Amino acid sequence: MEIFNILSYSFIQRAFIAGSFVAVTCSVLGLFLVLRKMSLIGDGLSHVSFGAIALGLFFGIYPFYVAIPIVMLASLLILKISEKAKVYGDAAIGIVSVIGIASGVILASVSKGFNVDLFSYLFGNILAISMIEVVLSVLLSVIVLTVVYFFYWDLFSITYDEEYAKVIGIKPTIINNVLTLLTAVTVVLSVKMVGIMLVSALLILPVVTALQFGNSFNKTLIVGSIVSLFSVLLGICFSFFLDIPTGATIVMANALFFCLALLYKKVAYVSKSVLL
Amino acid sequence: MKKIIEIKNLSVHYGQTEALKDVSFAIEQGDFIGLAGPNGAGKTTLIKAILGLLPITKGKVELFGQVKEKFSDWGKIGYLPQKFATINTLFPATVNEVIMLGLLSQKKFPKRMTTGDQNKVNSILKELDIIGLKKRMVLELSGGQQQRVLLARALVSNPEVLIFDEPSTALDPKSRKDFFQYIQKLNQEKGVTIILITHDTGYIGNYANKLLYIDRSLVFFGKISEFCPPGKNHQYFEKSDEHIIWHQHN
Repeated sequence: MEIFNILSYSFIQRAFIAGSFVAVTCSVLGLFLVLRKMSLIGDGLSHVSFGAIALGLFFGIYPFYVAIPIVMLASLLILKISEKAKVYGDAAIGIVSVIGIASGVILASVSKGFNVDLFSYLFGNILAISMIEVVLSVLLSVIVLTVVYFFYWDLFSITYDEEYAKVIGIKPTIINNVLTLLTAVTVVLSVKMVGIMLVSALLILPVVTALQFGNSFNKTLIVGSIVSLFSVLLGICFSFFLDIPTGATIVMANALFFCLALLYKKVAYVSKSVLL
Repeated sequence: MKKIIEIKNLSVHYGQTEALKDVSFAIEQGDFIGLAGPNGAGKTTLIKAILGLLPITKGKVELFGQVKEKFSDWGKIGYLPQKFATINTLFPATVNEVIMLGLLSQKKFPKRMTTGDQNKVNSILKELDIIGLKKRMVLELSGGQQQRVLLARALVSNPEVLIFDEPSTALDPKSRKDFFQYIQKLNQEKGVTIILITHDTGYIGNYANKLLYIDRSLVFFGKISEFCPPGKNHQYFEKSDEHIIWHQHN
């Protein structure tokens, strides 16, 4: 079977391992972000990562080592701007996002030497992931998921009803900081997989698919993770066999699951109406 | 009687607007307080200031003898907001998950739920006769059912004080009566202190033992029977209203 043969390639093995961890992490964090109407923070932070990766390439430092701290700082900056500067959250994301892109464009223009490397990050390529990137992806994903596990009820509480969370002694500012910092790390990890342009798809699509089925918060979290995982694995396989870009294929697999979920819901609703 | 909540010279501003001015009073253990006043009088602002949801411009709030800033035992206070107004309508939470939130104030980091916690949730669901709703999604419930879920969330931590913000707005007359009888029972049999925002100074008179009437500042705080004798509060009520209110309470 050709499908099993591809598992013998080490680059596919690396893509499967890193992709699986990042997929689950994106979906778990995405549920909190989507329900808090912060979905586009992923988009904004991925644009910042463009500038940060350019900075890394400019100084000849491994881009992720530069991108992770810079994107984490940018995530806190978004929160601070929206809290202190009387600016709505989406506008704060926009401000930080355009500064990130502009910095990247200027650095690319000044350096004139790493444009090809930089633009490869725009669309990502998980099939070209190195062993060190696999280790980094797995390690950081485990850290992010562990933090979510420990803060699960705090995150659930502020996502559901921030005012009530304050009444029961939870500090929303701290939990919001935790959530955005985790998102920053996850966004940088996802850049290698689907590219800067498509990162937010990994945070949003599995979640909105799971929301069509979810009949509890916990189950929505699990369904979202399964959808995300299968989308990444299917996306990698299809891109290999059809020789098309992996990142875009992963996103299209996610989009397909979302369409199927909508269709299923529609059919289930019509069937229920007929039976009644 | 032990003072549960003490407010000293409290003032709250929204920007340049003074929402509450120099309000002082003390609520004792076992009190059933009706908190009334006209629209925009600062009733919800007062509750939010007590709960730490709004910054205080001046004055002090003491909870169980401790200044609010140092108070941490939030499990002693149950809060039931007006409705699910602040809640995301697409949120896929079950009744069970929402009631669990009421137990978080008693948890230390990392907060985990135990079998004992689930038993507490089951017990309150049975007490309020909503055990059948346990696995239902909250967003699918009727207004009255959602109100019971909020009540269960407020009660699950076994609080010593319950604060309600216009709890009967989503209830039909029978449900409203059942609700008031239930909280009266909590007050009389378990000694739970109740503070309840209402517009209906007549109806609350059937249940509360004290009335706190504010109109940005304190107008009246005392026994219901002493509220609004004719001729005393012309500046707040029309003469006829004042007369009717007095008769309702006596």
